[in-house]
Amino acid sequence: MKKLIADIEAKQLKDGIPEFRVGDTIKVFMKIVEGGKERIQPYEGIVIMRKGGGAAETFTVRKVSFGVGVERKFPLNSPRIEKIELIKSGKVRRAKLYYLRELKGKAAKIKEKTRRRTA
Amino acid sequence: MINQILGKKVGMTQIFKEDGTRVPVTVIEAPPSVLVQKKTVETDGYNAVQLGFVKGKKDRFSRPIVGHFQKHGVDEPTKVLKEVRLESFEGLEDLKEVGVEIFAAGDKVDITGVTKGRGFAGVFKRYRIGGAPATRGTHENFRHIGSLGGGRSSATRVWPGRRLPGHMGCDNRTILGLEVVGVDKEAGCLMIKGAVPGANGGILRVRKTNRGNRS
Repeated sequence: MKKLIADIEAKQLKDGIPEFRVGDTIKVFMKIVEGGKERIQPYEGIVIMRKGGGAAETFTVRKVSFGVGVERKFPLNSPRIEKIELIKSGKVRRAKLYYLRELKGKAAKIKEKTRRRTA
Repeated sequence: MINQILGKKVGMTQIFKEDGTRVPVTVIEAPPSVLVQKKTVETDGYNAVQLGFVKGKKDRFSRPIVGHFQKHGVDEPTKVLKEVRLESFEGLEDLKEVGVEIFAAGDKVDITGVTKGRGFAGVFKRYRIGGAPATRGTHENFRHIGSLGGGRSSATRVWPGRRLPGHMGCDNRTILGLEVVGVDKEAGCLMIKGAVPGANGGILRVRKTNRGNRS
């Protein structure tokens, strides 16, 4: 019964999304339409949450732009996302990094995680 | 032509449109409904056709029910039988089944189902009455209805029709003008924008809308 929904969702899922987690720094390449023309706009920041599952999963990327905190939410499987690049893996102990909103400058930095790679 | 089919609510999900907007959809499973009895003006006083839905094993039905299906040339009895009124039987002579192919993406449909039962519900839930303030001296009265009316001399009683607590849900409800987002003939399913009445697994009627195209 539920298979019907799973099939529909499977069609919505995208391939080629790199594995990234909360705390990682990523660059999202978003297709935007500007003046009737389409171009790609990169957006780089720290992933502060991933939410939902299946076709409905979203993630939020925070960055500080000209001294102003900006948070942008993306649907993970959106066809408007051209690609996602993993810049840095971060070492965090929480699933949602809301505490970053209160922090500024160096305090808002996340330590980089050196992942042990299995060969 | 038959303008409606029967279906089963599977659940909700979302799909992406080309431009990245997300559309909430309800998935309705609708394998072809079989045409069983035809009722005509001559025999029954009106034109209609019986649609059968959810096929079952023959030995799970009582003999008279199996007989009814056999009389109309249907081997496998179905658990649900619903009637569809018709103007005429034109073009239906050889039709055995009717399925999702009568709909296309972009069509507007009306969907009838039985809403979720809510039991004996208070006026908050049942009629969305606002209730009393949470503070400033209110006590034991937060979800009450307030005044029932009243009057100086003539109306010292509760008028009929006063909205009071009582049974809510389990009603037949029709939502008009819902949009068909997708039709999958192979899987026999429909995707409808938005929510439809009832719990997952409930039986629904889907018909071409009676309303002009509402946007």
